[in-house]
Parts: sequence; C-alpha cells; structure tokens
Amino acid sequence: MASAGNERQQGSAAAERRQRPFDSVLVLWQRLTQSYLVRLVVGIWGRLTQSYLVRRVLEIWQRLTRPYAVRRILGMIPTLVLISIIIFVVIQLPPGDIVTSTLDSLQASGVEVSAEQVRNLRAQYNLDEPLYMQYLQWAGGFVVGDFGYSYRYSRPVNELIGERLGYTLLITISAVLFTWTVALPIGIFSAVRQYSFGDYAFTVVGLIGVATPQFLLALIFMYVGYEWFGISIGGLFSPEFREAPWSWARLLDLAQHIWIPMVVLGMGGTAATMRVLRANLLDELNKPYVVTARAKGVRPVKLVLKYPLRIALNPFVSTIGLLLPTLIAGEAIISIVLNLPTLGQLLLDSLKTQDMFLAGSVVMLQVILVLVGLLLSDLLLAWIDPRIRYE
Amino acid sequence: MSEAAATEAPAAPAPAGAPRGEEHLAEITPRELTWRRFKQHRLALASAGFLGVLYLIAAFCEFVSPYRPDTRNVQAINAPPMLVRFIDVDGGFHLRPFVYGYDMQVNPDTWMREYTINPTKRYPLEFFASGDEYRMWGLFRLSRHLFVAGNDGYVHIFGTDQLGRDMFSRVFYGARISLSIGLVGLAMTFVLGIVFGGLAGYVGGWVDRTVQRFTAVLLSIPQLPLWMALTAALPPAWSPLRIYFGVTIILSLFGWTILARQVRGRFLALRVEEFVVAARLIGAGRMRVILRHMLPNFLSHTITTATLAVPAMIIGETALSFLGIGLRPPVVSWGVLLQQAQNYQVIVLTPWLMIPGVFVVLAVMAFNLFGDGLRDAADPYNTGGQN
Repeated sequence: MASAGNERQQGSAAAERRQRPFDSVLVLWQRLTQSYLVRLVVGIWGRLTQSYLVRRVLEIWQRLTRPYAVRRILGMIPTLVLISIIIFVVIQLPPGDIVTSTLDSLQASGVEVSAEQVRNLRAQYNLDEPLYMQYLQWAGGFVVGDFGYSYRYSRPVNELIGERLGYTLLITISAVLFTWTVALPIGIFSAVRQYSFGDYAFTVVGLIGVATPQFLLALIFMYVGYEWFGISIGGLFSPEFREAPWSWARLLDLAQHIWIPMVVLGMGGTAATMRVLRANLLDELNKPYVVTARAKGVRPVKLVLKYPLRIALNPFVSTIGLLLPTLIAGEAIISIVLNLPTLGQLLLDSLKTQDMFLAGSVVMLQVILVLVGLLLSDLLLAWIDPRIRYE
Repeated sequence: MSEAAATEAPAAPAPAGAPRGEEHLAEITPRELTWRRFKQHRLALASAGFLGVLYLIAAFCEFVSPYRPDTRNVQAINAPPMLVRFIDVDGGFHLRPFVYGYDMQVNPDTWMREYTINPTKRYPLEFFASGDEYRMWGLFRLSRHLFVAGNDGYVHIFGTDQLGRDMFSRVFYGARISLSIGLVGLAMTFVLGIVFGGLAGYVGGWVDRTVQRFTAVLLSIPQLPLWMALTAALPPAWSPLRIYFGVTIILSLFGWTILARQVRGRFLALRVEEFVVAARLIGAGRMRVILRHMLPNFLSHTITTATLAVPAMIIGETALSFLGIGLRPPVVSWGVLLQQAQNYQVIVLTPWLMIPGVFVVLAVMAFNLFGDGLRDAADPYNTGGQN
C-alpha cells in the first residue's frame, strides 16, 4: 500500500496511465470498505471482540494453545481438511460413478433395469444427495474412524485396510530405521574423511541411489536374488505361512522376508540423509570451538561425537519430514512389484477398477500417516532443541 | 538505470587484497561469469553433454533407430542383445562392424526359445542406408537410417521383446516421450511457480498466507498416490496425445510449490533493493518494474530450481506407466517399456527388457548433477562453499 502511495506522488502522467488497471481495483476496494454495511459489520465485530466475555474466552483459548504440541496439532486440522477436499475432488473427477458402471455391466449381460431400481441403487450408495453432503459424510467418517464402504468388494473399507495398515507401518518404520542406521555412520565418515576415496565412493553410490526409481531397484533385487542366490523374492511370507495364524515360526518367516522391502525402500532416503548429515557436520567441524578443542588435544572420536554430531543431528531428525512422503509413496509402488500385502496394492487395485471411494480413503489414510509422522518428528525436534518451542 | 548495471552492482566492491584475476571479474557480464563457474563443475558439464546427446537422439529417433517401434521380427522373438563386432570368429578384422545372426530352437523341456550365434549369418552394418519407411516428425516420408543390417539380416543391439520388436529402436522412441514430458512439465511448473510465487510475494497479505498454506499442504502430501489417483481418473477413451498432456499436467501439478516459495522469497527481497526503488521513483510502471528489473534478477535461480524438478517428473512418468495407469501401450515411453518387465519370470528369462531402466537412471542422474552445477553457477557472486 505504501509503495502505491509513493508512486502516485512521484509518477508522471504517463506512469499514471499505465497503472490504471491496478487503480480501478483499488478504487473498488476503497468504495467497498467505505460502504455503510461493511463499516457496520466491522464496527459490530470490533465491539464484540472488546466485550468482556469474548475477551475472557479468547484468553482461555490462548492459554490452552500455548504449549507447542497443542499449537502444532491444531495446525494440522486445516491441512487435513484442505487435503480431504483435494482428494474428494479427485475422486469425483472420473466420468460416471459406481451406479452407471454397474448399470452398464448389467445391461451388457442382458438384464433390464427399471428406473426405480436405478433410483434405489443411487439411494443405497447415497449418490442422490448433493455433493457437499457426500463430502461431509465421507470426511465425517474419518473423524469417527469409519473409512467408508468399498463398492467392488462390498465390504467396509476398515476391514480391507485392517491388516494392510499394520504391514505398511511395519515396512515404513523399519525403512526409516534402516535409513538411519546406515546413513549415520556413513555420513560421519564422509564428513570426517572429506574427499577421501571412501567419501567419493559413497557419494557415487548415493547419486545412483537417488536416481534409481524404487520399483526399478525392486526389480534389480528380484533379478539378483533369483540369478545369484536362487531365491524367489516377493511377498512378506512363504506360501505355507501366508494364511497361517501368528506363531514364532511365522514371525521368523516375516523377518526373513521383510528385509528386501526395507532395503529397497530405505535406499533412496539413505543417500539423501547421508548427504544432509555430511553437509551439516562439515559446517560444524569448521567452527572455532572445534578447532580450539582440537588444539587442546581432545581425542578425535570425542571431538566429533561430543558436540558437533549432536548439533548436526538436529536437521537429521527434521529430514524425516522429507523422508516420510517419499517412503509412503515408495511403499505404494514397491508393494506392487514385490507383491506385498500392504496399502499400495489395495490402492492400485481400487484405481484400476475405478472404485474411487476406496482409493480416496487409502490415499487419505496415507496422508494421515505422513502427517502424524511429521507431527511426531516435529515434537521430537522440539524436545531435542528447546529454541523451536518458543518460536 | 539499466538492468545490467543493477545486477553487477554487488560485484563492484572487490576486496582489496584479492588476487589479480578478481579485477577482471568486475568487467565480465554476469552471463559470462555464470558460464565460467559452470565450466569448473566437471561432472555437471559432462552431464550437460550427455543430456544434449540424449535429447538430440530423442529428437531424431526415427533416423537413429534402425527400425520403427512397431516393426516385428518374427525370426527373433525374445532374442538377447547382439554384440557389434569388428573381429569375426576366425580372428579376421573387418573395418565395417557387423553382427552375427541367431539360430533359434525351442527347448523341448521348457518350451522356451533358445538362441545361439550362427557365424555363417554375418550381417554387416550399413550406414545411412534405407530401411523401414518412416515419417520424420510426422512430416516427410523418409527411409534413411543411421545404420541398418545388410545381407537381408537383422540387428538388435538391445535384443527384442516378446513380440520381436527391436528394443534399441524402442528405447530411443521412448526417450522422445519420457524426456519431453520432463521439459513440457518444466514449462508448466515454471508458469505456475512464477504466477503463484509472484502473487504471494507481490500482493502479500491474505493472498500470501493462502498460497503459503497451500504450498505447505501440497509439500506434505505423498505425491505418488495422488498422481496415481489423478492419472487413473483420465478417461480411457482419450487419444494418446491427450493422455500425454493429461499426465504432464498432473506431474507438474505438485512440482511448482518449491519454485513458488523461492519466487516469493526473491520478490520480497528484491522489492526493497535500491535499484528497484530507484526504478520506481523514476516513474516506471509496476509491470515494467517487475518484468524489466526484478524478473531478470531471479530468473536464473528460478530456472535452476525448476531444472531440479525435472528428474522427479521423469521418475513419476516412468512409475505411473510402469503400473499401467499412465501412458498406455501404443505409445512408447520408458515406463511403458518397463511394464513388460513386471514379474520376475520375465526379468530372469529376458533381463535385457530392463535396459530402459538403465536409461532412466542415467537421465535422472545427469539431470540431478546438471541442476546442481547450474545452481552453483547461477549465483556467480556467491563464492563461499556449496551454498
């Protein structure tokens, strides 16, 4: 606004003419704000916010939301709402819906369908209600933990998701742990022995790791596993354990199978995390306090581990925010290649059969997983680094 | 006040004790300086060269590849890659490279086709000879190829797929689609990023907050599932060209967020720079200030950030097509080619079907390195460290 005022004083007539399109908007805005009705509303709003009751309520609200965790969780709500709207729009995009496709298949097989049956069908799936009602019902379900109903499977989505969610979580978390346990020592090594042969070697491997799509990595693993070790890779269980109840043997079988998806998924993130840690640690190692400590004869191991590493680890925790979306997305695709009983496969199935409500619920669930993960990493970060809490 | 003078202004106060070369630096145009900086980055330079060759091949793929992507060779179905040789089995040297043809027999136990090299079938490579007829860029009818096999033979440097189509040709035809998706997507990302980032930075206030919020949300979404949902929503009845643009738009839908944030930051920073204020005081209009004085200053940054978004798009296209929900078979792209290698029987029996994957990795790696080099070079006045 200030710059606009400046220009009006300084500008020549020609400049005045050039900025006219902007001015007309400005004038409209001024007219609007000066209109009686708007001033009235603003006035009432001002009175209201000054009233004792409202001020008291606001005060309590502010005190409640003072802790960082509370603010952080509340901040998630608009994000979730926005994302759910985006996903709902996507669900609605394909032409036709479950009823039209059911009708098509019925008519193709020669069954006559009356108009009333169509209406009943629509009512059964709540498709006769306006869009915003459909959205509210769908999104409202999430709040109470009801993820909707799959038309294709004729089962509640909750049942379909149940066990798959557990495996998705298991694979994702183990991939994060893999990423950290591998990236930490390599990152430290690369920083301490900068420009050494090992540093270059890890850099090259990291570059390739970042550039390789995860599904390709899974394919390569499958090829190598079969060709060199004679094992067929895929699934989370051997065939005899697939439907068996939980037992020690089954758990052992799971442990034998899970390392492949874990490594495939963790590889891409490892390269990135390694680079971050290396860069952070390098910044830290060049600071005067490290030089001082070195000059005073602190042992090399202690020199690195005592302070520089702890400071360099801060962004390390926050990279989980970058890691999680790629992990969840990666899980979605390698589960298809490696034939894992996780969310990814359900998503692809539902997309291919145009069961969009199921697909939407799965995507929403994945988003929630990511956001909760981000929340946890932020809280962890705030716990490690007190500066963040008082921002 | 000229824009060149404005951008050079920060370079003017060269440190007193600097080496001699520094005195000249102030006289070089920023573009020259950027180029010099970029040249020092060997890997980035090599990547740029590699990408240049790749794009050249993609542009002239009809000419470079010996066959059309849909030409079938029924004599060689699922044939392994052929070695281009100069020395024959008797140790004789030939100046003209050649390949050996295959003898095919069906294994009675496994019912698999097995190929053995037959030294009596020697097919020399003929350069710039005529082969399959094609339409260059869909415009002129031509039949010249970079090389074709002589003696009525065949040449499949990367082997063939289960329909007997030449993988070498298909990889290059695929390069045209896969690599151009990155560039078209880049253009869209660019427009979206500048418009939204510019709006947020220039208008400020609630527009800024909304855009900021929106980009934060988009950044936290796992992209791939949403890409999957969106591409699955493309009507199957669409023509390949529309699907192609649909996929491109979808891929660029999420890439612009980082760019928008950066543009916004630059806008805010530049608005208070002296030369911008001066331009405004002289009486330049708003559009002139933005286009003539501000834009050239952050364009290089913006382009480099956008470059780093290309590999993600290439991987995205490959992944979607691989899953069978992106581009679909009559179209040839790297992802579509990899779709054939989806289960491990295929991978174990015909590993050469994974060759397109090698190209994906190489292209993505080259783009990453190239982008890194550009980013370092785009800011020629910043001489300290990697950032």
